[in-house]
Amino acid sequence: MAEHINMALNSIFVENMLLAYFLGMCSFLAVSKKVSTASGLGVAVIFVLTLTCPVNWLVNEYFLKEGALAWTGSEQLAALDLSYLRFLTFIAVIAAMVQVVEMFIEKTSDSLYNALGIFLPLITVNCAILGASLFQIDREYTLVQSVNFGFSSGIGWFLAIVLLAAIRQRLRYSHIPRGLRGLGITMLVTGLMAMAFMAFAGIDLKGN
Amino acid sequence: MSSDTSRILTDPFAVKNPLTVQVLGICSALAVTSQLEPSLIMGLSVTAVICVGNVVVSLIRKMIPNKIRIIAEMVVVASLVILVDLVLKAFLPDVSKKLSVFVGLIITNCIVLGRLEAFAMGNKPVDSFLDGIGNGFAYGFIITIIGAIREIFGAGSLTIPGMGKVKLIPESWYEINGGWYSDNVMMVLPPAAFVILGLLIWIQREIWGRKHPEMFED
Repeated sequence: MAEHINMALNSIFVENMLLAYFLGMCSFLAVSKKVSTASGLGVAVIFVLTLTCPVNWLVNEYFLKEGALAWTGSEQLAALDLSYLRFLTFIAVIAAMVQVVEMFIEKTSDSLYNALGIFLPLITVNCAILGASLFQIDREYTLVQSVNFGFSSGIGWFLAIVLLAAIRQRLRYSHIPRGLRGLGITMLVTGLMAMAFMAFAGIDLKGN
Repeated sequence: MSSDTSRILTDPFAVKNPLTVQVLGICSALAVTSQLEPSLIMGLSVTAVICVGNVVVSLIRKMIPNKIRIIAEMVVVASLVILVDLVLKAFLPDVSKKLSVFVGLIITNCIVLGRLEAFAMGNKPVDSFLDGIGNGFAYGFIITIIGAIREIFGAGSLTIPGMGKVKLIPESWYEINGGWYSDNVMMVLPPAAFVILGLLIWIQREIWGRKHPEMFED
């Protein structure tokens, strides 16, 4: 249990998708002007990350990995190594999952659908999603770890974008040099946030 | 070269820079730039993917139905990235290790998809190729600057492809050897990347903003 909590804390704070790996920066910068829209996108990212990580894990385990097709019983298939198809398959899975999630939300909850609205399709090209799927393969996580990793990375992403949006709302009233306005100051603030998040680096529940 | 074609090539470096003006492809720009060599290789890889992707999409642009164009573009990009990944793994295994998942993430690099959508879908293959060169090199140019700054101040050296690590700060300057200098470790860590890019954006807007006031965000 401690191991899982440790992993969750680690992916939320220490190895924050945005502030430590720079994943999902484009939408992070584009959609962080208001807290309400930022949290909408954040929730959508949590949702999609929690779903795509385990699905991509299963796809990799049972189709793409070297010798993954052994369950078919055919020796020829078992000898295949399809891992070079990883990028293509993962992005297809993500696109499909996003589509499914969108249809599901549209049918079940109107208010959530309206809140997430345009953000859902955008998530397909959010590198945090593809990045998380690739990281979990790189680090050889188990299925449970992969669910945990997807969910807590999503939380970390949500946290970072909501915090930045809150700061940017305040920044609107401050006097900033003309060339630094907009993107420039946002990058500097994000840098400071990343420094602050680095302070979490010592947390390790396994250690004691 | 007519002025139109030369503008396709030069605009991305300044007024329409994909990184600093259009805010595309920031993720990879920051993640791989702790050293010079990976930055250079990443710049070249992205250039290759944009160029070939632009030409391919431009060639088949009339055959792609409008509704599924994003998926079609993604398939083209993903296939090209697989090629780039395999080439890097075969010829530059060390750099490929350092870039880790970020080669794969070229697929979701918004510069690539952005250029395909905004340029290649509506222009001839030759122009699209030039557009790819312009934008790819403009991206590579900026990340190379960031990579160089971070490595010089963070490690006191530069990894130049083919020459290995070149030490720029003399060893005798360091504190361990009785000198006064020590590397700024912060430079190699993520926050420095944000700050340097922020400052580059500022400098660039101050320089070109006079002639092109549309670069300022008010």
